[in-house]
Amino acid sequence: MSSNTVSTTTSDKEPGGAPAGFEGDRRDDTSLGGIVRGYVDRIRGGDLGALPAVLGIVVLGILFAALRPETFLTPLNITNLLVQAVPITILAMGLVFVLLLGEIDLSAGVVSGVAAAVMAQLLAEAGAPWYVAVLAAIVTGAVIGLFTGSLVGVIGIPSFVVTLALFLGWQGVTLRLIGQGGTVPVRDPVIIGVSNQNLPVVLGWVLALAVVLVYAALQLNRLRRQRSRGLASEPTVIVVGRIVIIAAVTLGITALLSIDRALSAAVDLAGIPYAVPLVVVLLLVLTFVLGRTSFGRHVYAVGGNAEAARRAGINVTRIRVSVFVIASTLAAISGIAAASRLGSVTPGSGAGNTLLYAVGAAVIGGTSLFGGRGRVRDALLGGLVVAIIANGLGLLGVQAYLNFIITGGVLLLAASVDALARRRAAATGH
Amino acid sequence: MSAPTASADDGTSTTTPTLELRDVNKSFGAVQVLHGVSMKVYPGQVTALVGDNGAGKSTLIKSIAGIHAIDAGEFLFEGRPVTVAGPREAAALGIEVVYQDLALCDNLDVVQNMFLGRERRNGILLDEASMEQAARDTLTKLSVRTLKSVRQLVSSLSGGQRQTVAIAKAVLWESKLVILDEPTAALGVAQTRQVLDLVRRLADTGHAVVFISHNMVDVFEVADRVAALYLGRMAADVPISQVDRSQVIELITAGRSGELGLQSAVAEVGA
Repeated sequence: MSSNTVSTTTSDKEPGGAPAGFEGDRRDDTSLGGIVRGYVDRIRGGDLGALPAVLGIVVLGILFAALRPETFLTPLNITNLLVQAVPITILAMGLVFVLLLGEIDLSAGVVSGVAAAVMAQLLAEAGAPWYVAVLAAIVTGAVIGLFTGSLVGVIGIPSFVVTLALFLGWQGVTLRLIGQGGTVPVRDPVIIGVSNQNLPVVLGWVLALAVVLVYAALQLNRLRRQRSRGLASEPTVIVVGRIVIIAAVTLGITALLSIDRALSAAVDLAGIPYAVPLVVVLLLVLTFVLGRTSFGRHVYAVGGNAEAARRAGINVTRIRVSVFVIASTLAAISGIAAASRLGSVTPGSGAGNTLLYAVGAAVIGGTSLFGGRGRVRDALLGGLVVAIIANGLGLLGVQAYLNFIITGGVLLLAASVDALARRRAAATGH
Repeated sequence: MSAPTASADDGTSTTTPTLELRDVNKSFGAVQVLHGVSMKVYPGQVTALVGDNGAGKSTLIKSIAGIHAIDAGEFLFEGRPVTVAGPREAAALGIEVVYQDLALCDNLDVVQNMFLGRERRNGILLDEASMEQAARDTLTKLSVRTLKSVRQLVSSLSGGQRQTVAIAKAVLWESKLVILDEPTAALGVAQTRQVLDLVRRLADTGHAVVFISHNMVDVFEVADRVAALYLGRMAADVPISQVDRSQVIELITAGRSGELGLQSAVAEVGA
């Protein structure tokens, strides 16, 4: 296997004067046993990683494919499913930041409704251009987040209570904006297009290839730099494996979405819906913020041990407020994506089970409800699981009551896994 | 009024103490906690700060760390009189305190903890490579060999390893004076050994170290000087070679031991 030769040559290049100790940093254990051991160690530490979500996607995919072989795995349904997952995923991405601090934002769902209502009314009543309406919606989200964050971070009210109150309050605001029983249609072609128009097939392929190549280049370059400077690095086979998986998933989905999925032969319907690259861009930007900036580091620190963060000179209040701003801003974007998919905004937009789905997505993806552990990609993986459940149950035509029970049960299951993993970590911690 | 303390010449009188306190008083409301405390901490030496519960050890180190402002007395750092108005000013002077509860984030790795709040950056990017290098260099300098990886999460470390990381974090910042609050209190035999070795190396690399402990075995093993507080007064601040274990215990419990310690009047008032 080629990765083995790579690893041997790189380890030969390590500086001769390397200090004793830290032997774990220079280990390039490419044996299957070593990799499995490393993974088991991480699970012992309470970090299940992407395992439950990936397992969920695979198991649910097989289950629904077996139950509805005619409809579930068709390109048309997969596209629907992905577009369905977009608002949940974006909302969950914001919630990851809040959950990282061990806080909760129960109002994020209805904030997406308020922002969407602001956008819809600006488009319909004021005749504003789409970019003004979108900007207004996003600013609305950010301001709401500043308000929520200040109540939690500055005044010190538990976030559960603040956002539970706002969950009710903002629904009233949406109702006032839209009007009782009313529906405001969204007809702007750009906004509707986000969920209902597709990238040209060629452009889709170009973007997909670019994503894969840039990702591979960044990963390999980082590995090379770490090795040449004698820093801690992952085994080559893991890095290469990750690149292969990302490439396979990206190119596989692109191929699937590039198939003509029109139901009648007369029209041509192929390509990646614009909403998908929107999610990818948000994923990349937010992952960068959380993983590569000191702000992101401080979010983890406050979530892990707020007192330690405070003593280290981190402004804990500022971090608290800003995660709520991020969550509400992303909620606004999620609201726009939902309005784009449905083509309208109603007083019920963002209410009901929207928030439950998003929290479920983050937790299923591996973000801890206890704070300190979570990644932006959790929202994407968990969002897919939630969307597969919603989509599959819809295809099965199960009754609404069963839908509620099953979705609630899945969230409960994910939260139990989180709690058990945490207990396990506490038990194995020396 | 300052209580006379036994002082002795062990050859350190020619070097400037890193920290020197003269007649420091500190009260909280009507309660006077520190009475004319004087103390010298020399570079390259471990000064054990001992005293019973309530003797004022915590107040003293918090005053040194800038958390409490002293009411009266002189605070000299490297021979210069200074006023330390807050923890940041203390850190700027080169004073680092490792508190008993360590203040580490379990969900971050060793490097991330060592640089917490003072991350190195390249533009807006975190400079992980340089931080990892510096953390590794510091640990190497302290001859820490017990860590498997500097990228290990702190949650996976043993108590001794955590203590090691907390101490290394304090040393990373070119600190001159490191104060360790009972670093061996909750540790087993082997881990206590590791931490004591580390405390010794800290002094050997030129740091002035204040080591708070209740354990006389540890104190006699690692300390060069011993400073005994008794009811807010400095009973003795002497080279460890001039006292034995029973004398130190007497100083802690009664404030005096033979020729050493507080005048009997003071000791009896307290008793």
